[in-house]
Amino acid sequence: MKFASEFRDPALARALLAEIGKLADQIGATREKPIHIMEICGGHTHSIFRYGLDKLIHPGVEFIHGPGCPVCVLPRARVDECIEIAGRPGVIFTTFGDAMRVPGSKMSLLQAKAAGADIRMVYSPLDALELARRNPGHQVVFFGLGFETTTPSTALAIQQAAREGLGNFSVFCNHITVPEPIKALLDDPHMCLDGFIGPGHVSMVIGVHPYDFIAQDYGKPIVVAGFEPTDLLQSVLMVLAQIAEGRAAVENQYARVVPEHGNAVSLAAIADVYEKRPSFEWRGLGEIDASGLRIRPAYAAFDAEEKFGVGYAGVRTELADPEGCACGAVMTGRMKPVDCPQFGRGCTPEMPLGALMVSSEGACAAYWQYGGARAVEAAE
Amino acid sequence: MCLGIPGQIVAITDAARQMAMAEVSGVRREVNVACVLGADPAELVGQWALIHVGFAMALIDEDEAAKTLQALHDLGEAQETLAQMAEGDAALQGRATEGRA
Ligand code: SF4
Repeated sequence: MKFASEFRDPALARALLAEIGKLADQIGATREKPIHIMEICGGHTHSIFRYGLDKLIHPGVEFIHGPGCPVCVLPRARVDECIEIAGRPGVIFTTFGDAMRVPGSKMSLLQAKAAGADIRMVYSPLDALELARRNPGHQVVFFGLGFETTTPSTALAIQQAAREGLGNFSVFCNHITVPEPIKALLDDPHMCLDGFIGPGHVSMVIGVHPYDFIAQDYGKPIVVAGFEPTDLLQSVLMVLAQIAEGRAAVENQYARVVPEHGNAVSLAAIADVYEKRPSFEWRGLGEIDASGLRIRPAYAAFDAEEKFGVGYAGVRTELADPEGCACGAVMTGRMKPVDCPQFGRGCTPEMPLGALMVSSEGACAAYWQYGGARAVEAAE
Repeated sequence: MCLGIPGQIVAITDAARQMAMAEVSGVRREVNVACVLGADPAELVGQWALIHVGFAMALIDEDEAAKTLQALHDLGEAQETLAQMAEGDAALQGRATEGRA
């Protein structure tokens, strides 16, 4: 059996799959009438595809890939604004490598770099801080991107810059939060989700209580999970057990890393530096109330929006998604990546049209990398 | 970017800035330890942490660190993170002195 060699603990994986099968049968889940479980985190999506969990699992359990890949939900207008800032004289624009190939309306950051802008990939906001120290004659801007996992890093970097009085360091804040888009999905009348696999590393920062509303107000189970394959299977089993017992609760499968109340230092730094925006735009999902963060006025000196007059501080530019792109439908679970007319044709990881094809955590790139490419070839 | 990588704290490098040296898959990299700091920073030395974009975010035991690293290798994420660290080092050396000249 192929998966035996791929799993570190094949016996455990097999036992979990058997348990899942038993419960799925008991609930009456079938290929035609499946239980829909959304994994929110892009890391989970990647892991599900890497280990083929979607194929190994009972056919009555269907994974819906959620909006938890920050580069995938980044609107084109934000990329355009990055390029605009990078084009200002004396600016060194720094970003996580993941964001380099996200298509803007005209080009990506990678293409802007090739065209001469000083754009540098860094591993950490700490690298950007160090660049600012070493280049006092330049404005060093860091592209603050990601969910609650990376938000503490930019908050702490801004606090450090403030302590040092580093006037040439700023953050272009595009941080987003996990609970609000889940609420938006649950409020969607087309929503067909039966339960959630909660993000592990986001929850390490925020704890498990921000998900209470999912169980209490919407009556859906959610299990916070690690990203190893047996973690995911265990978590699916826990979701199914709740459904079978008619319960809805927030449970923590990843307690070895996720404390109930999150990380106090991180939460304090986030609260000190950031506040919620009234709403924020998500690619494929549109504006979602209170789903994005901005830098508080006390730290305005480190806010690239204020410094350069772009983004939500300047004139808002709304841009429709490129024609023929089905990213929105894929992200809300209404369409499978392979059913997008652009999949593998106008859109590949080398030449992404939509953002879901950019990162290995995007659903389309995951489909492509682990078998989707073959599916297209077979169809042609 | 979203998944952390385990590293072992080998030394405190700058207590005031809450910085420490960590060893990640044989590569040394300075990280911020503010989020995992206890009363005595020296107690961190030798411990394993889950490191996200240069910040130690959670302390984990050695066994969990080894398992997590293996899983990240299987996913290709560990290799990607190490490449990004090298990229970050290169960015610091990059063409950046025009302003000072
Ligand atoms: S294949 Fe490309 S265009 Fe279609 S949904 Fe996926 S990322 Fe978007």
